[in-house]
Amino acid sequence: MSLEVKIKKRLGAFLLDAEFETGGGVTGLLGESGCGKSMTLKCIAGVERPDEGRIVLDGEVLFDSARGIDVPPQKRGVGYLFQSGALFPNMTVERNILCGLRGERDAAVRRRLYGEAVRMMRLEGLEKKKPRELSGGQAQRAALARIWVSRPRVLLLDEPFSALDAHLSEQIQVELSELLRGFGRDALLVTHSRDEAYRLCGHIAVMHGGRVIAAKETRALFDDPGSVAAARITGCKNIAPARRIGAHEVEVPDWGVRLMCAKETGEGLCAVGVRAHDFAPGEAANRRRVVFAGAVEEPFAWIVRFRFEGQDEASPALWWRLPKGAGRGVFPDELGVAAEDVLLLYGEGCG
Amino acid sequence: MDIFPLINSLRIAAISSVIVFFLGIGAAYGASRLPRGIKAALDVVLTLPLVLPPTVCGFGLLLLVGAKRPLGILLAELGVKLVMTWQGGVLAASVVAFPLMYRTARGAFEAFDETLAHAGQTLGLGNTYIFWRIRLPACRQGIIAGAVLAFARALGEYGATSMLIGYIPGRTATIATTVYQLWRTNDEAGAMAWVAVNLAISAVVLVAVNMLEEAQRRRGKAAGR
Repeated sequence: MSLEVKIKKRLGAFLLDAEFETGGGVTGLLGESGCGKSMTLKCIAGVERPDEGRIVLDGEVLFDSARGIDVPPQKRGVGYLFQSGALFPNMTVERNILCGLRGERDAAVRRRLYGEAVRMMRLEGLEKKKPRELSGGQAQRAALARIWVSRPRVLLLDEPFSALDAHLSEQIQVELSELLRGFGRDALLVTHSRDEAYRLCGHIAVMHGGRVIAAKETRALFDDPGSVAAARITGCKNIAPARRIGAHEVEVPDWGVRLMCAKETGEGLCAVGVRAHDFAPGEAANRRRVVFAGAVEEPFAWIVRFRFEGQDEASPALWWRLPKGAGRGVFPDELGVAAEDVLLLYGEGCG
Repeated sequence: MDIFPLINSLRIAAISSVIVFFLGIGAAYGASRLPRGIKAALDVVLTLPLVLPPTVCGFGLLLLVGAKRPLGILLAELGVKLVMTWQGGVLAASVVAFPLMYRTARGAFEAFDETLAHAGQTLGLGNTYIFWRIRLPACRQGIIAGAVLAFARALGEYGATSMLIGYIPGRTATIATTVYQLWRTNDEAGAMAWVAVNLAISAVVLVAVNMLEEAQRRRGKAAGR
């Protein structure tokens, strides 16, 4: 799949101005709620119309305001999986799935696809049930079966896990990512969860305030989010304004320290970030004396809060995530952070 | 007892309910998709018959389809006479009952989860199929409730009806106009009989509405599980 999106849509005071391209595999659209990611997905599906712009899927123009092209959603060949599954409540699972087959004239093909979908999504025995009798996971599988039989070119997934209970959600994510692989289709996944995005997506586009502020290979994005907003949405807990003072050195006034960084500092650097798990007592680089400020226990980790020695008491404490069993249960005098783990942040979300 | 008023009332209510059913659904669906400003203006116009005194509606209808009015003359040319005929009763009842159908159906349409329509479109379902097989069934309870209320209102219509079609025994008399006429002519027993009939019909209608609402509540509970 190749998908090119460049759209603008005004919604009251909010301006959606999204531009990105994706290649194959599963691409994530990551952002906080209200950043415009779902609206972007709806515009691609054709159920919402952008004010202007262009959407091209595999070389076929789906929407182009300049040329007056607006292919109806029925003809776009996109499968859309909604948060709730959006099964038709007045129909059984079977009739819901058959809705995806109404375009297929050959009855033998219809039967074969239906049988395959039911088997693949493990819906045996649920075919005569109404959607309200299904669990969240079953409803999502039925919705996926309904999409699969309609044989879309690309799959659009709109927060498919957020309506599920947390422990179920992880299980279903693993399951669903396997099903998606079996689906053999490229997909665009909208999510606000960095964990989901990391687990399922090869590439991620980060959206913030209606715009795409970063689009990278997943690992590269987490290693170098590039902006304050992207660092925050990828889960970076320690972010503070910073000033470049050398090719590989920055000053962080709020923390009262100077840090060495592996990457070369650039023009316009405005902040640095350090992920909570990147601090380590044994790390020699950027080693500083620290003062304990509190701790929160999690099932498998401690979240320790600390300040650097000499750091203003009024400035927020930093987070250090320490897996249980890793430390000796004694708060260290010093913590370090590897130079390559000091994230240099620019542009979006500064100030 | 002459049962003509019962039959006349029922046929007027039944026919006007069917008319109002389709017009109300059409208007409600159209209005639910309009921009907010236009919707508010249209809403006032379409709901007006609900808040105006029925006699004012009847007066308005007389101005519109009266024998000497352009539309009345045109209709007469076509062989349709609406003043002092039971068909006129259908018109009067329809106008007065329309807002009930329209408002109830509009509420149901606005509560409809639009993602269902979007899901249908991306699955390749046509918009007509989506409207009749997905949207309407999902809004069924609200629409039926609206139809029942409209039927009840049409059955009880007095003001506009008496203005437009008066009271002609055996031709335009309805239950409502008959009760008034019998009371006016000191036939209290006769009036009382028709009151009883009216009470019985109304009770059935209200029980039906309550059962529908109860079914909807149960449905909502099951869905929210």
